[in-house]
Amino acid sequence: MNITLKCFAGLKRHLPPHAKANAAIVEVDAEMSVYQVIDFFKIDREEAYLVILNGVFVCPTERNSTILKDNDTLALWPEVAGG
Amino acid sequence: MSWTGKILRINLTSGEITSEALNEQWKNEYLGSRGLATKYLAEEIDPACKPLSAENKMIMATGPLTGTMAATGGRYVVVTKGPLTNCIACSNSGGFIGAEMKNAGWDMIIFEGKSPNPVYLYIENDKAELLPADEIWGTSVWHTDEWLHNKHQDPLLRIAAVGRPAENGCFYAGIINDLHRAAGRSGVGTVMASKNLKAVAIRGTLGVGNLADPEGFMKAVNDGKAALAENPVTGQGLPAYGTQVLMNVINEIGALPTNNMKDVQFDGAHAISGEAMHEPRKSDGRPNLTTNAACFGCTIACGRISTIDQGHFSVQNKSKYWGNSGGLEYEAAWALGADNGVDDLDALTYVNFICNEEGFDPITFGATVAAAMEMFEDGDLTLEQTGGIAFNFGSAEALTKAVELVASGEGFGQDLALGSKRLCEKYGRPELSMTVKGQEFPAYDPRGIQGIGLNYATSNRGACHLRGYTVASEVLGIPEKTDPLTAEGKPGLVKAFQDITGAVDSSGLCLFTTFAWTLDNIAPQIQAACGSKWTVDYLLEVGERIWNMEREFNLKAGITSDDDTLPERLLKEAAKTGPAKGLVSQVAEMMPEYYQLRGWSEDGVPTDETRKRLGLIK
Repeated sequence: MNITLKCFAGLKRHLPPHAKANAAIVEVDAEMSVYQVIDFFKIDREEAYLVILNGVFVCPTERNSTILKDNDTLALWPEVAGG
Repeated sequence: MSWTGKILRINLTSGEITSEALNEQWKNEYLGSRGLATKYLAEEIDPACKPLSAENKMIMATGPLTGTMAATGGRYVVVTKGPLTNCIACSNSGGFIGAEMKNAGWDMIIFEGKSPNPVYLYIENDKAELLPADEIWGTSVWHTDEWLHNKHQDPLLRIAAVGRPAENGCFYAGIINDLHRAAGRSGVGTVMASKNLKAVAIRGTLGVGNLADPEGFMKAVNDGKAALAENPVTGQGLPAYGTQVLMNVINEIGALPTNNMKDVQFDGAHAISGEAMHEPRKSDGRPNLTTNAACFGCTIACGRISTIDQGHFSVQNKSKYWGNSGGLEYEAAWALGADNGVDDLDALTYVNFICNEEGFDPITFGATVAAAMEMFEDGDLTLEQTGGIAFNFGSAEALTKAVELVASGEGFGQDLALGSKRLCEKYGRPELSMTVKGQEFPAYDPRGIQGIGLNYATSNRGACHLRGYTVASEVLGIPEKTDPLTAEGKPGLVKAFQDITGAVDSSGLCLFTTFAWTLDNIAPQIQAACGSKWTVDYLLEVGERIWNMEREFNLKAGITSDDDTLPERLLKEAAKTGPAKGLVSQVAEMMPEYYQLRGWSEDGVPTDETRKRLGLIK
């Protein structure tokens, strides 16, 4: 299935070469969990601090059990803040 | 201890300059900076006075840690009654002038009255004098800065000044120090100009000492610096991306106010984000961002130094803007960009440069342009009224022309200088002003982040994120994650953030340290500098006391509980996209619990019991 993977700030390096504007449509296996996708792209689980699936934060305790669907958008940030 | 113990009082009407001792009791109850200066103002003026009258006073104040070796210990505040809001105004700025004021031996400068002629204040340690400013009246902040440096032949002179909009009565003019740091909000610069005070130029060489426990202070300060360096936000994220790292985050969660808050997501968000500022431009291969920059004593260095593409329409034949200068922070990038539907990074940077050069608040300016764009598209504003400028959402040309008009005070710029509340009232659409107590919102939509809406509604200086930044918890998980879409638990969260912020703001430290530090990191630094009484619990009490004092000032100024709300749009028009789709702000539901937690009556008035508990009445 295809999902949109977005990696921002210091996580940009994990995106495939065809990525534009910090986002890329990528193919992943069906039924993958949030953590499985993060592992698949060799992203450190702790570094992916802010995990937002379709606009909603996924807390660390739910990243194993949350399964992605086709056309989902998974956006990742390291720990960031501003104001 | 850490305070200099001295106040400089400037009577601008008579020209008399006096030195006086800091009030010991107030110092022990309000710490410094925001708290202490507000105490002085509340005691010395009638809160019902007109903000631009000689009766109003303006106080520049440092905190006990300003000018010390504490990380970020360079902050100063400007406290006055604000013309934009008719409420208490307190604008906080970094840069270097706060530390310079402290090094010159002054905790605070109180300006009162009104000078008969344009003047600037020159301070060299104990020496302070008012000097003629006729030659620089009517010129920009940047010109004033250069003129003063040349006149005094001192490259280390630190300068805070107002530009032309302040002189012209723009309701949201700020005071710019060190060229591009700003006491930006609520119109504090307008008050300064109304007193015929153009600038404050300071040279201080006395040092800052008088610490309660010098050895303990160095240990506490070094521990604090280590914590900032090790934290991913203050050690990596903010130096690399600045506050602008938030643009994509807030857009992704559906809380980025767009097109005057009609929408909560902006298609062009990435193009104006912190990430985009790192990307090479097509034209010259250079990124917008040149480097980061730090204020006095800061080990975070979140500041942005940027350039504009020299071929961009906004700066063609304007070589003055081709070099490096203060770049976009998140709030400015949002207000100038997403709120106007403009995704042109160079245009936003140019507008930001002008806001610095001429000294006005890019948040209020941007949000005012957004209101003008909505009225223009609705037919409430005509081309004739705008001077031929088509104020359509997405128009970078309209935005850049608007900033030039506010800077010069010409044409439609006079209307834009009113701020959105007065502008929308003038053209018969008051409901399109996205303000609380007359001040425009920052960059977080209260439909998608419920707690920040309650903070906006109750902020004592009008809508403001920096009085209780619940976004840290609701979005970013600092210190712990809460659900942005629920109102449950938010009144307590808002109160906690507001009280902590009152204490941090009064110390002379930067609020951004709190992304890494809690009061457990901050209290030891204040205790080592100021004495053992400044425990975490006492700092929380001080923060709560300050909040209530500010509230009492506003009540005396005429504010009521009816003012503790949000514009109708946010209460009735649901978010159209994103996780908050279908939601409106639940601020009315949260308010009773907030008042109760504050110890206020149902009308939002601190009860006598609360006032006694906090020492506001004896």
